[in-house]
Amino acid sequence: MNSSVISQILKFIGLILVQVLILNHINFLGYINPYLYILFIILYPIKNNRLVFLLLSFLLGIIIDIFSDSGGIHAAACVTIAYMRPLALKWSFGTVYEHQTIKFNNVDFGSKLMYISILTGVHHLVLFFLEVFNFSETLLTLQKTLFSSTFTILLCVIVTIIFSKRSK
Amino acid sequence: MQQILNFIIRNKNFLLYLLLMALSMFFTTQTHSYHKSKFINSANFLSGGLYTRLNNIEQYLDLKVQNDNLSEENTRLRNLLQNYKVSREENFIDSTNFKGSYLFRPVRVIKNSYSASANILAINKGSNDSIQEDFGLITPKGILGIVDHTSKNYATVISILNTKSKISAQLKKTNHFGTLTWNGKSPNTVQLLDIPKIAPIEVGDTIITSGRSVIFPKGLQIGTIASFKLDAAENNFEINVSLFNDMTNIEHAYIIEHLDAPEINNLLNLSNEQ
Repeated sequence: MNSSVISQILKFIGLILVQVLILNHINFLGYINPYLYILFIILYPIKNNRLVFLLLSFLLGIIIDIFSDSGGIHAAACVTIAYMRPLALKWSFGTVYEHQTIKFNNVDFGSKLMYISILTGVHHLVLFFLEVFNFSETLLTLQKTLFSSTFTILLCVIVTIIFSKRSK
Repeated sequence: MQQILNFIIRNKNFLLYLLLMALSMFFTTQTHSYHKSKFINSANFLSGGLYTRLNNIEQYLDLKVQNDNLSEENTRLRNLLQNYKVSREENFIDSTNFKGSYLFRPVRVIKNSYSASANILAINKGSNDSIQEDFGLITPKGILGIVDHTSKNYATVISILNTKSKISAQLKKTNHFGTLTWNGKSPNTVQLLDIPKIAPIEVGDTIITSGRSVIFPKGLQIGTIASFKLDAAENNFEINVSLFNDMTNIEHAYIIEHLDAPEINNLLNLSNEQ
């Protein structure tokens, strides 16, 4: 086992604990929670085995679901963003991604923000659509998506800045 | 066959995605129908154990709120005790203090309603616990209603949020009294009628029970004056009272029994017959 695998495992467990023990209980203004755990999917190494990546995302989502009694909505949202991550990478980083040379620590802030926002937006849209489970409440779904996304994106950016290794 | 295999290998990511998505949707719809999902819930050994630990911590963190509630009630009881002592230290002996004339019993409100116009509460004690008709129901913050029917283990209570309810209430600073009713609109506001025009009232004054009925003792807090106006005949005030109780969030309450009620009622009936 190399250090990268161990760090991924630690990240996986750490993010789940932070999510279920702290962030799920924030309920800002009654229903707004940040879902920081998707940072695992956002920051997963780009050179990867996609099958393993999809399975890991599903596992992450289903564990969050077990803790929040929500059926499979987190799992569905996680699998979706894991599947569409290459697309998001291409949209936000362009050709740099094609050569598979990007490191999340030293890309410019604008494209990183864009990348995080795309994945967070899609994740929350799927999540809240399945949670509300009612097309006649679309407005409520969009409202929840917007508010929670803002919260999550902010938190993700802050965490990536705090925990980024100094590039020398 | 070769082509099918090729297809599967070429699209293995997409197929896995579909499979996992279908699995998630299955779990989701299962929880949406009713609670029959076996392991995707927070009662299994992993999450249940973690939540038990978390709950221990949370209980500890919630102590502050619980303490505040308790100290609030303690303060109120301490004030009552002080007043009681003062009345004992007067020169004459007030024989009503020898025997407490009110008995309190803790009950739980098992059904609450506040959105209809005739709201009825239910409590978890009944005639087996000597609960009878016309006992009062209160919380530490105010009054809730009057017992209506009793069965062996349960009793129904006519809420003060019931358009039929009529309870005697008065101003705290003077002894002008009136009738507490409800117009059926807001669960936070009740109406106090028949306060004479001469009474010096202001917005923010406290309304308490008057003790003129045999149900509630005098001095239980009800609410504060939110607004007032003269009624159609311009002799009495119509006062909107905002309640101290949050009627939408009620769990623990007390039943009040007035031990001297039969005696007083007999006396009143005797006078009426003459």
